[in-house]
Amino acid sequence: MTAVSARSAGTADLRDRPGVPIRLERLTRRYGPVLALDRLDLDIAGGEFLALLGPSGCGKTTALRAIAGFDRPDEGRVLLGGRDITGTPASKRDMGMVFQAYSLFPNLTVAENVAFGLRVRRRAKAERTGRAAELLDLVGLADRGGRYPHQLSGGQQQRVALARALAVAPQVLLLDEPLSALDAQVRVQLREEIRRIQLELGITTVFVTHDQAEALSVADRVGVLRAGRLEQVASPDELYERPATAFVAEFVGTMNRVPATLADGEVQLLGARRPLAGAAPASGPVVALVRPESLVVAADPAGTGRVVTRTFSGASTRILVALADGAEVRVDVASAVSADLTPGTAVTVTPAERPVLVAPVEPAADGGAAAQA
Amino acid sequence: MTSLLGAEAATAVIPAPDLPVRPGGRGAGAWRYVVLVVLGVYFLVPIGASVWFSIRDRGQGGVTARHYTGIPGAEGFAEAFTRSLTLAALTVVLALLLMVPTVVLVNLRLPRLRTTVELLTLMPLVLPPIALVVGVRSVLSWAPDYFLNTPLAEAFFALQEPSLPWILVFVYVVLALPFVYRALDAGVRGADLRTLTEAARNLGASWPRVLVSVVLPVLRTSVLNASFLTLALVLGEYTIAAILGFETFPTWIVRVSGSLPQLSVAVSVLSLLITWVLLLLISALDRRRGLKESA
Repeated sequence: MTAVSARSAGTADLRDRPGVPIRLERLTRRYGPVLALDRLDLDIAGGEFLALLGPSGCGKTTALRAIAGFDRPDEGRVLLGGRDITGTPASKRDMGMVFQAYSLFPNLTVAENVAFGLRVRRRAKAERTGRAAELLDLVGLADRGGRYPHQLSGGQQQRVALARALAVAPQVLLLDEPLSALDAQVRVQLREEIRRIQLELGITTVFVTHDQAEALSVADRVGVLRAGRLEQVASPDELYERPATAFVAEFVGTMNRVPATLADGEVQLLGARRPLAGAAPASGPVVALVRPESLVVAADPAGTGRVVTRTFSGASTRILVALADGAEVRVDVASAVSADLTPGTAVTVTPAERPVLVAPVEPAADGGAAAQA
Repeated sequence: MTSLLGAEAATAVIPAPDLPVRPGGRGAGAWRYVVLVVLGVYFLVPIGASVWFSIRDRGQGGVTARHYTGIPGAEGFAEAFTRSLTLAALTVVLALLLMVPTVVLVNLRLPRLRTTVELLTLMPLVLPPIALVVGVRSVLSWAPDYFLNTPLAEAFFALQEPSLPWILVFVYVVLALPFVYRALDAGVRGADLRTLTEAARNLGASWPRVLVSVVLPVLRTSVLNASFLTLALVLGEYTIAAILGFETFPTWIVRVSGSLPQLSVAVSVLSLLITWVLLLLISALDRRRGLKESA
């Protein structure tokens, strides 16, 4: 209904455009001696929600800015719907972007902010106000059109920024850590809302974040970047269950590093043998990468482990165990069966019956402690 | 006038009584008043003396507004004052046209040039105006000496047209650079201009559009400040106008001070008042904007 009426008014409606695919080809960007993007190849399907995840300095923001046109790559191409837009200025790319910092124009009201892109495009006043109202409604701020940005909370400002980015019915939505300045609760709420709106509009979306929980919870696929290169692009489930590299394994979710030995295609760890998952380094001492839920802990007076802390978090409880060799591992157990695992309790820790991912021993590894993403 | 504003600010930040008072706080309070009184005397006595001199009736004794009412009709006043206002307006426009894009460019695209631009804009403060004007005068004298009957000489002569000496505008723009640059730079740093311009670019705005619709509104206060400083500078500048031989408001005041001393002082007092009113107007405009936004 909306689509029909909007089209009869001669406008591109928000909902009647199929998602446009994006392709990055051997994208390279140097800042002095630093290689921010290193021949990055990436295909984003039309209508897909892709998250770019990585530690700071991994090139994720540079990649996004190359797509937006704020940063010209030294080499490589950006293709939008098959068209080379590498040399197209940012103002002609037809993309909506939400920034990390609050970016609303302070001298304009909320409604004027949302209508800014339409004013630049010289649309009629009636269309501008109509579209602004429609979008403010979409982000749940229909009653705030007359306010000024500084009268809104951070979360509301980012909602308005989202409405403003979508008002011009862009081909692509770019999100540059739009939630990182917000409170934890607002962050979760807004990321779900972004996902809802993205699904509703079917718009191709690239979401840059350093927060793995954020990336895993909203994206269709997540690309993990490291030093300007993609380590892995996969669905959140696959990324978590079958990380392609040790870096991905440790960056996504919580990962224990347990000293282990590799022999005959099997991993020996914590007094047990488990099949090897993924590629194998040379036989000998390795580090096994084990998720907290892939370890089993049981009270055992003869056990060599000691419970250090017990952190309750609803359905599950995380137990931090110091092993005999001093290494610490995090183990998740169902809260219902964790009552006797109080600090100081002697325990044994065994790996669950599933294949184990291993990494080569790093000389500078921090004593085999668990790595928290 | 700056010190008066400073005094106002100082009274505004006197700590609330419930704040912990450190030992010796009383003594510091007394010293504060001593400083205020000394400063007040230092600034107010000359002004008071000027006002008294300009309203004293030398003939019959008592006071008279005769010298103030006589200003508009004084010989040469209208021309000199209008000329100075025109010069000030042109200087403001030219300095802003030059410096707003410069400051924005330096902050957004060429951060490596920041130090260079800062040093360049400081030059007029380091160079005494007298050195500057001597240089300008010798360059201007090339026209009759070397370029006579060429378009260049014509241009030089046009710059020195007594009714509207453009050369003064150019020199004043140079003199105003330190103030204009600093006022604008403070405004740019206060706002996240990079993100704002990128947001506008992303929404399809061309660079000129970004400048007019985003940068200027954000810099409104800084632009006002820069304009005011420039205006005050031009309305008070004597050395360069006098040495280049043009009659502006300040040189006119000095010229009539010989024959009409009380009138010239009355004009000075009036110009001081106008400057204050402008200053108050700007801060009031700014405050009203703040009120409107936080309403």
